[in-house]
Amino acid sequence: MRVGIVTFPGSLDEVDAARAVRVAGGEPVRLWHGDESVHGVDAVILPGGFSYGDYLRCGAIARFSPIMGEIARLAGSPDAASPGLPVLGICNGFQVLCESHLLPGALIRNDSRRFVCRDQRLRMERTSTVWTCQYTAGEEIIVPLKNGEGGFVADTVTLDRLEGEGRVVVRYLDRNPNGSYRDIAGVSNASGTVVGLMPHPEHAVEPLFGPDRDAAGRYESTDGLRFFTSALASVLAA
Amino acid sequence: MGRVVVDVMPKPEILDPQGKAVAGALARLGFTEFAAARQGKRFELEVDGEVTPQVLARAQEAAATLLSNPVIEDVVAVVPAHPAAGALDRG
Repeated sequence: MRVGIVTFPGSLDEVDAARAVRVAGGEPVRLWHGDESVHGVDAVILPGGFSYGDYLRCGAIARFSPIMGEIARLAGSPDAASPGLPVLGICNGFQVLCESHLLPGALIRNDSRRFVCRDQRLRMERTSTVWTCQYTAGEEIIVPLKNGEGGFVADTVTLDRLEGEGRVVVRYLDRNPNGSYRDIAGVSNASGTVVGLMPHPEHAVEPLFGPDRDAAGRYESTDGLRFFTSALASVLAA
Repeated sequence: MGRVVVDVMPKPEILDPQGKAVAGALARLGFTEFAAARQGKRFELEVDGEVTPQVLARAQEAAATLLSNPVIEDVVAVVPAHPAAGALDRG
């Protein structure tokens, strides 16, 4: 399975995302923001970072890059029941997906007005997505979180609809790190092909390099890996 | 040479952390008459000719497409710049 990873000017985590795909057993394909085509990949990851310097609004300029036009076309309408191209947006990638209207809501500056970097406990809510099908609903995981503008906001009608349709994919546990409404850390489109989240599963895919999880202080968590193996399994099953 | 000013503000119901920080600093400096502050963005768009109704319509379109995100922000003004507002710094 070939997974495209888009590099925008200012992207930061595309190498980790590519590594996560490889660790999961897939073949990462590097894509450039100026590409007009996704070169036939089976899925796409929009990585973390600061595309276009986060100028104007996070993701606002990246949204209009040539490759995003093609990704939006292939991903389809966010409310369509039929599945389109699977897309995972991590952190800045989530911001790009919201600015592109491929996911509802928006990400604003953290309510604490501080950049937050820590290992974050999360609860998996929706597991009927391409990217989370190997998790169990209600399962708790820990992956790194690092953002300055990670507050998920939307109007009440949209939030109620997301909850009602079961489109909240991941929720923050313990302290809400950024003021996200209803502790929402990640959401999906209707069909479960497009998922965006602020935490970084690609930073928790190998023992010794993940978050500090066990009582002995060992960095053994690979809690993020199943985002990537889920996608591989979903595409192979399709 | 004409200029259009576009003002964008965070929606009232959306938290404005920057505005809160400004309000806090104002109070610390003794500007206690200001109960709250909200921070928005001002854009200045320059055109070669006059600011015609067509130019304003295009500026409206640009404001809705790129300069603001309708989920979190309102475009509160798209108006010709006042001539006395000073020349745009062209670096």
